[in-house]
Amino acid sequence: MSASPASGEEMVRVRLHEVAHARTGDKGNRLNVSLFPYDPQAWPLLAEQVTEARVLERYRHRGASAVRRHDLPRLPGFNFVIDDVLEGGVNGSLNLDGHGKSLSFLLLTLEVEVPARLALHPDRTVGQASVEK
Amino acid sequence: MSGDTVYIGCGAGFAGDRFDAAGPVVRTLARRDGPRYLIFEVLAERTLAIAQRLRREDPEAGYSPFLDDYVRPVLADCVANRIRIVSNFGAANPLGAARRIQAIAAELGIENLKVGVVEGDDLLGIMSADEVRALPTVEGLPLAGVDLVAANAYLGARPVAAALALGADVVAVGRCTDVALTLGPLIHEFGWAEDDWDRLAAGTVAGHLLECGAQVTGSYFADPGYKDVPALARVGFPIGEIGRDGSVVITKAEDTGGMVSERTVKEQILYEVHDPSAYLTPDVVLDLTGVEVRQVGPDRVAVIGAAGHPRPPTLKATVSLDGGWLGEAEMSYAGPNALARAELAVEVLRERFATLGVNSPVRYDIIGVMSTFDGDGAPLRKAAAPSPDGDYRVRVAVRSLDRKVAERVTNEVLALYCCGPAGGGGQRQSITSQIQTASVLVDRDRVRPRVALA
Repeated sequence: MSASPASGEEMVRVRLHEVAHARTGDKGNRLNVSLFPYDPQAWPLLAEQVTEARVLERYRHRGASAVRRHDLPRLPGFNFVIDDVLEGGVNGSLNLDGHGKSLSFLLLTLEVEVPARLALHPDRTVGQASVEK
Repeated sequence: MSGDTVYIGCGAGFAGDRFDAAGPVVRTLARRDGPRYLIFEVLAERTLAIAQRLRREDPEAGYSPFLDDYVRPVLADCVANRIRIVSNFGAANPLGAARRIQAIAAELGIENLKVGVVEGDDLLGIMSADEVRALPTVEGLPLAGVDLVAANAYLGARPVAAALALGADVVAVGRCTDVALTLGPLIHEFGWAEDDWDRLAAGTVAGHLLECGAQVTGSYFADPGYKDVPALARVGFPIGEIGRDGSVVITKAEDTGGMVSERTVKEQILYEVHDPSAYLTPDVVLDLTGVEVRQVGPDRVAVIGAAGHPRPPTLKATVSLDGGWLGEAEMSYAGPNALARAELAVEVLRERFATLGVNSPVRYDIIGVMSTFDGDGAPLRKAAAPSPDGDYRVRVAVRSLDRKVAERVTNEVLALYCCGPAGGGGQRQSITSQIQTASVLVDRDRVRPRVALA
């Protein structure tokens, strides 16, 4: 797996949703968000850009106090464990989504910079999404 | 060779899952040759706490309220095809569940059904409430000075295997790990030793992938245009094919919708996992860091590379506490200037709750601007620039140990009909009893599972 894009390659800035998929699970007041690039070649780029600090920032308004990223290069994927983000967990939260089931899509709003060839995964059936150059 | 592969289908992945999902699973299993099992995972933390309350009121109650819905449609076919059923539908009363299953069997004309029960997960049956409160807490609220609704240890797969060894056609468990519903049959069929960590890990991965039903076959996954799933409305439930050597293939019921792909399996592998190198269960510590997935056929994905480490000396137990009441109420505003009318409704409610002396924290959402992602103080909504016109829905939520507080809050939303902004409509409200939970650790030697035929 090559971590760096070929020199001179066109880079585009896209939402993570364009290049990766995610799922959340909850236990108590702790959330895990798994993240998988559609194209395994994008894994090193995501490893560089989807840092614990950026993820913490994206969830801080929900009370997130810490983020730990576990790398799984063989799947390939990542597992983010986010503390205190569920405002008390499913049994204590006042949020509509006390489980945090929808919060994978909040992670997918982060922007990343990737080579244009990785910005549209091959199985996609929707047209080209808004891609900022 | 038959016997070297065990087929385990899942018929439900949570309490309240579809009642008709198991049918296609059973029909598919009936066409397979070898040991076959149907599991139902129907016991959430909250479900068990409610079941404990019900049992206290009626000694025959306290098993899953959905037992009949899940078992009755498939029991005759399972018995006719020698498909054994394993489920945690025993909840707070596995013996009661067994008696109910025997009654269903009698009504269906099924003779000589053997129902196994696994008990012993109830900590309050073996120690005092004070002893439970003194156990080390690993998650959730402190337990000092609170009343306990229930305290149940997560049993592992060994007692499930023991019940199968007694010849049970159906096994009713209370609180066990969801994985144990799968790993128990595998230990029974293959005789995996207590320290055969890598095979136990493989069986644990299989169980983890099966326990949430359709979450591995395209549900909780479909994202149109990005992750398309065929015939989601007819999504098929999963079947695991597990080999004596620890090989695992995940597939699904025939003649159903949904899909099993590397992507659906990857998402479910990490579902509710924290540290992937150490997923603790009573039977083995699972290490997922070397796991890979391979599409080996249509709707067939092999999972390889799970590693196991020695099981922990303690069991996790869930302690349930009274969580009081959750009150929620909503009112819609639509059309020209709807956002301003919704915001005015929120202001009116704030002032009224102050006047009425509501001291519990109240959350205010405007659904349609930003609600699901938002924090309790609505920081995202305040930063958003929504359209003044639209279709907005005010929502308030409150928790209180006093039901009257929840009523006071929800009634004020109702009162917006006549005392709120113009054009408020579609009011709904609900007040539901709540359970709070904490997780504690208990020495595994204190917990003695009891296995018997009922």
